[in-house]
Amino acid sequence: MIAAIIANAPALLIGIPLLGAFFSPLIGRISRDARALWVLAIITLTTLVGLLTAYLVYTGGTVIYVFGAAATTLSIPADSGGIPVRILLTLDALSALMVIITVTVGFSVILYSLSSDSRRSSLEAYYTLFLLMIASVLGMVGTGDIFNFFVFLEISSLAAAGLVAYKVEKGRAVEAGLKYLMVSMIGGIFFLFAIAILYGQYNALNIAMLARMIQWTPLDKLALVLMITALAAKCGAVPMHFWTPDAYSMAPSAVTAMLVVVSQASLYGLFRICFTLYGLSLSYVVIGWVIIILGLLSMVVGVTMAIPQKDIKRLMAYHAVSQTGYMLLGVGVGLAVLGDQALLSSFGMTAMEGGIFHIMNHAIYKGLLFLTAGAIIYQVGTSDLNRMGGLGHRMKWTMIFFIIGALAIAGIPPFNGFASKFLIYESVFAFNPVLSIIAMVVSILTLASFVKVFHSVFMGPPLPEFQHVKEAPHTMLIGMTILAALVIISGIFPAFFVEHLIAPAAHALADQGAYLAAVLGGA
Amino acid sequence: MRMSKIVRVSADLLYAGILIFGFYVIMHGHLTPGGGFQGGAVIATALALIVVAYSYEDLLAMAGKLRLIVQESAGLILFLCIALAAVAIGTTVFANYLANTGSLFGMTVPFGTNPGELNTGGVIPLMNIAVGLEVWAALGLVILYLLSGVSEKEA
Amino acid sequence: MFLNLPFFVVVLLALIGIATILLKRNLIKIILGVTILASSVNLFLVTLGYREGGIAPIYTLAPGGVMVMPTPHALTLTNIVIGVATTALLLSFAIIIHRKYGTVNVDEIRELRE
Repeated sequence: MIAAIIANAPALLIGIPLLGAFFSPLIGRISRDARALWVLAIITLTTLVGLLTAYLVYTGGTVIYVFGAAATTLSIPADSGGIPVRILLTLDALSALMVIITVTVGFSVILYSLSSDSRRSSLEAYYTLFLLMIASVLGMVGTGDIFNFFVFLEISSLAAAGLVAYKVEKGRAVEAGLKYLMVSMIGGIFFLFAIAILYGQYNALNIAMLARMIQWTPLDKLALVLMITALAAKCGAVPMHFWTPDAYSMAPSAVTAMLVVVSQASLYGLFRICFTLYGLSLSYVVIGWVIIILGLLSMVVGVTMAIPQKDIKRLMAYHAVSQTGYMLLGVGVGLAVLGDQALLSSFGMTAMEGGIFHIMNHAIYKGLLFLTAGAIIYQVGTSDLNRMGGLGHRMKWTMIFFIIGALAIAGIPPFNGFASKFLIYESVFAFNPVLSIIAMVVSILTLASFVKVFHSVFMGPPLPEFQHVKEAPHTMLIGMTILAALVIISGIFPAFFVEHLIAPAAHALADQGAYLAAVLGGA
Repeated sequence: MRMSKIVRVSADLLYAGILIFGFYVIMHGHLTPGGGFQGGAVIATALALIVVAYSYEDLLAMAGKLRLIVQESAGLILFLCIALAAVAIGTTVFANYLANTGSLFGMTVPFGTNPGELNTGGVIPLMNIAVGLEVWAALGLVILYLLSGVSEKEA
Repeated sequence: MFLNLPFFVVVLLALIGIATILLKRNLIKIILGVTILASSVNLFLVTLGYREGGIAPIYTLAPGGVMVMPTPHALTLTNIVIGVATTALLLSFAIIIHRKYGTVNVDEIRELRE
């Protein structure tokens, strides 16, 4: 029994949340409490299987799971002539890191959501979509097949758009959902175009198989441009960021925290395609600089747009755009020096570690910030910063969590944002000092913006209209506590995290050969 | 707003034919082009035919939203359980553990030109049935919900 | 030249779709533009799967000869299924927006732009 679970962990990781999603409308017919218990049980199981899978990957190397084969690792059947014909999951260290991020954020967010969304009149499809979204993210980071990546991308778009528009009684939520779905749908079509171009040339959909044959022909260039456009739009990098503030501010807060993870999964896809699919065959300097410039634009535009915002979640959404820029910057620098082994080992790897560490940190502290914003809106009933004030007297725990999240996003030690930003500053400075200075300035502006939010929400005398305001319910606090504890732990012991989680992930991303060998065998 | 009697009687006659064709496409998914999605879509057109010939209310009385939701979930769960049952048997997920066993849908495909043996394919026909169930319920729900949005506005 | 004709149609369809999305102001027409764009990808995939003289990859009644690879058709079918779901969701959003705002003109649907 245990052996069967361990052997099939990667497939169960996607299967369990899907099963939970499909059962929840039926169980919801019994009672709301039964559904809440069911969802809690499913997300707990998913988290356990996710951590188990990640443990297997980190201790035993890349895990391959081939669907429907005689053995789970049989990626190339004996009679297929060396071609991987089946659909498979390929989890290397980077995928495992993304799985860890997804399940921990997913678990805390579901805990939080069980009370924050209990007031909603109709929850018929809410948890179905939520679990579908988690399953699709796990699928995106786990799959070793480019077409399945597209399928999971589209499932995540559909589920997320449905959730963004969930507060359907407000027309604005539907407007945000429409915008998000339109961007994701067009991006998805572009992505499929790219897949068709690659398939037409190489007759393969398996990422490793494609990577072995790819040539950097003009058609490959077109495919790469289409895929970068699609995934950059989906993760909210700047020229295509216009949906982000709308979708993030209109969605229920728990959904927003999970949307951050969906965006990170798209970012994962972007990196996976650049590094593993194309690898050294692409002109890495040019593409690296394209990603660096996307990152710079996101950082600067995001933070400058954030400062004048009056809606707390809109403000945080622009900061999410700006923080995405750091990850693009870090990994982009790594890509720009990918072919130069000396530069790569002197600062390229550090930059990539910083970027990947920032993905993890961002998902955690941004999730925490959106959850605190949700708790404030839940208790106060408004998201307008100008109408809040003096909440520090009433919501002490929320205030503490907000401070932790705000200091982390601004990159103040000893919180985790500092650890990853420091890696990025240090390594990017060696690459190009100007980029590093811009990154630091953006960080200072972020701090300024959050000081303003803190002041207008929590400081000042208690306002008479908020006399009835109480602290958020316990399950919401537990969800926030998990994330806050992670922010602090990964901030105090960054060396441990970098050494055991991040560095293997960064090496897995840079080492295309190991990925190919794991799937296709041989060296 | 019902159509004339001629239209309604023709719809009644067509209805059975559409259903039979839909089920045929679902059942022969492993032998011919087609399968669960196509057959389910054919069956869903029968529901659309009811709306055209009769009215939205008639369709609602015939196939309620709750019943369709249950059918949709049942189809999805059936599909996933067939896939995950492989773990209990000891193979990989989505493995075709019924093929060539001689039990349900477990006949070996005969070699050479033949009219098509329905009792083959292992779990594939079962999955086609699950997908068909899901698709006709889901498309029926899409029809019902989109129409309910329109009719509420006009009322 | 004649064999390449479908690819020209693919590009033409894609351009029509993109032009519809960018130039039309009616939400329903924009959704139709997205559907046209999706159809162009479907045509592209089906065209890639075509082999002259190939037969359908079905074991039963196979007269012998070269079978075509069914993968592109599976991809097309998956994209059609996804397209159905997305179009339905987009249209239902359009219905709700029309009910709340009383218009489907995208220039007037801008409550979120401050």
